[in-house]
Amino acid sequence: MHLVLFILFGGLCVAGAVNLLLQRHPINSALSLIVVMTSLAVLYLLLGAEFLAAAQVIVYSGAIMVLFVFVIMLLNAGEEERTTGSKAAYLVGFPGAAALLGVLAFVFLSQKSALGNARLGSFLVTTSDLSRVLFRDLLLPFEVTSILILVAILGSVVLARKEQ
Amino acid sequence: MAGTEFSNAMMDVPLAYYLVLSAILFSCGVAAFLIKRNIITVFMSIELMLNAVNLTFVAFAHHWHQVSGQIFVFFVMVVAAAEAAVGLAIIIAIFRTRETLNIDQINLMKL
Amino acid sequence: MNPLLTFLLLSILKVAVVLVIFLTAVAYTVLLERKVVGRIQNRWGPSRVGPFGLFQPLADGIKLFLKEDLMPTGVDRFLYLLAPMIALVAALLSIAVVPFGGGQTYKGVEIFDIADLNIGLLIILGITSIGVYGIALAGWSSNNKYSLLGSLRATAQVISYELALGLSLVGVVMRAGSLRLRDIVAVQSVHGMASWNVFGGFQFVAFFIYLMAAYAETNRAPFDLPEAETELTGGYHTEYSSMKFAMFFMAEYGNMIIVACVATLLFFGGATSPFGHLIPAFGGAIVQAILPVLWFVAKVLAFLFLYIWVRGTLPRFRYDQLMGFGWKFLLPLAIANIIVTSLVLAIHG
Repeated sequence: MHLVLFILFGGLCVAGAVNLLLQRHPINSALSLIVVMTSLAVLYLLLGAEFLAAAQVIVYSGAIMVLFVFVIMLLNAGEEERTTGSKAAYLVGFPGAAALLGVLAFVFLSQKSALGNARLGSFLVTTSDLSRVLFRDLLLPFEVTSILILVAILGSVVLARKEQ
Repeated sequence: MAGTEFSNAMMDVPLAYYLVLSAILFSCGVAAFLIKRNIITVFMSIELMLNAVNLTFVAFAHHWHQVSGQIFVFFVMVVAAAEAAVGLAIIIAIFRTRETLNIDQINLMKL
Repeated sequence: MNPLLTFLLLSILKVAVVLVIFLTAVAYTVLLERKVVGRIQNRWGPSRVGPFGLFQPLADGIKLFLKEDLMPTGVDRFLYLLAPMIALVAALLSIAVVPFGGGQTYKGVEIFDIADLNIGLLIILGITSIGVYGIALAGWSSNNKYSLLGSLRATAQVISYELALGLSLVGVVMRAGSLRLRDIVAVQSVHGMASWNVFGGFQFVAFFIYLMAAYAETNRAPFDLPEAETELTGGYHTEYSSMKFAMFFMAEYGNMIIVACVATLLFFGGATSPFGHLIPAFGGAIVQAILPVLWFVAKVLAFLFLYIWVRGTLPRFRYDQLMGFGWKFLLPLAIANIIVTSLVLAIHG
């Protein structure tokens, strides 16, 4: 069952990522990315990260990507144009990404037996486990993040405001 | 409900497969980052790369039975949310002055 | 029999039964709204089809099914078809984690919920936030300025009020110490009505915020700007007809029911009796299994009535008023509620 679910949602992830690459309209790319993120949430669930799975759906699929779709709709972004700059990017981009993938996949697959298997249900982090670590051991970083968010809110308000 | 009684009906997945999946997603993100010309799509491919890395963190957290890997993902999500808000605000500001989203025409470090 | 097979078969059965009941409930919520709003406006509402107009949903369904299925020119075909499906699926999916009865089991499988998850509340929030795409894509793909304006309004409104909605639930979660919906209900079942979150849990401020944010999230009056017919000729579903329109319609009422279910679970003690242990258990095991379901349905119906009552009473907000209300009033209030609740919990232990 683990393998079936992994293949199903891993396949969806890969299909979404490749589709993001191939689509020319930003809204189609955004939707493919939503598919990737939501499938990743299922994979997190398989790996025993239940809070993160929910956070992935709420934060990434439900907030960040809604913001992206909103901006695409607001700016009425059309299909991409092909320009001279993109030809060079094609020449470098595809081989570079393929080489990166080749190296990473080779390393991971050659260490396959050393890495072992992921067994469903052998490791489950409940929300209380996660929050215990977050609010006891890592309280200071957590508080610093809230300052980061405050700065981000102020920054985005200032940036997006129309000049009078 | 799922637990010991079903474990015989399940097959385990090698951790390496999760890592390879993450590598595929990351490479797609890199390729999209390089070849896409629309600034919003470029920004989205950064999010894709962040997601690929998150999957690696969760996979290793599962492997080492450590919570800290998941905490890291939590922080990445928070930073990504802040980054998306600021980044999209910048994109709106750029669009207002340049009226284009093509990154080839956005080549000056000022509005 | 193999326990996995039993689990799968029983789950499929539960899904089928719950889905049929839920869809029927959606159809009859529409009738309830038309009847109640009719009485509020001093008219009868539908009364011709069957006794008291009870077959009206059936007639509406047949009418919508037989209408011409239009596809306007210039639409983004794939997204145009996908949007109503996303909206409907997101509306129907949440019911899967709602526990609508006691914890009775049959062969190790719980009868009165489809899935009992540790993160049930977060799942509902997540599915609700996915539902926005239905509205956003409908407006985008329709190639119509009114649709686009409606969906832009809806998206901005939903992501703004989601914050207040999520923060209003933190107090409830802190009191229960769990995100599992059954645990949240269990905390409220000790002394009946006195231990409900809205009364004994002192979460009435949170309930008020939840109520307002939920009206905005489901695009209902007084926050129904995305489909304001006077300004936007219907908003995001202007270009939809026939069954695709019906899917949006069902999604809206399905969301109403989900919101009512969540309010019941989080603030009104879910499927437990309001009298708690004052009345000793009576009847057999079957009565004790059915009674909680009846309480749950009664509470949800009361909440739906409140929904319709508000729609029949309050005028629509203006857009800037809506945003100001969400960001400048509800959000600070929700944060204040969290601080006060956590202080009280820290002092009382």
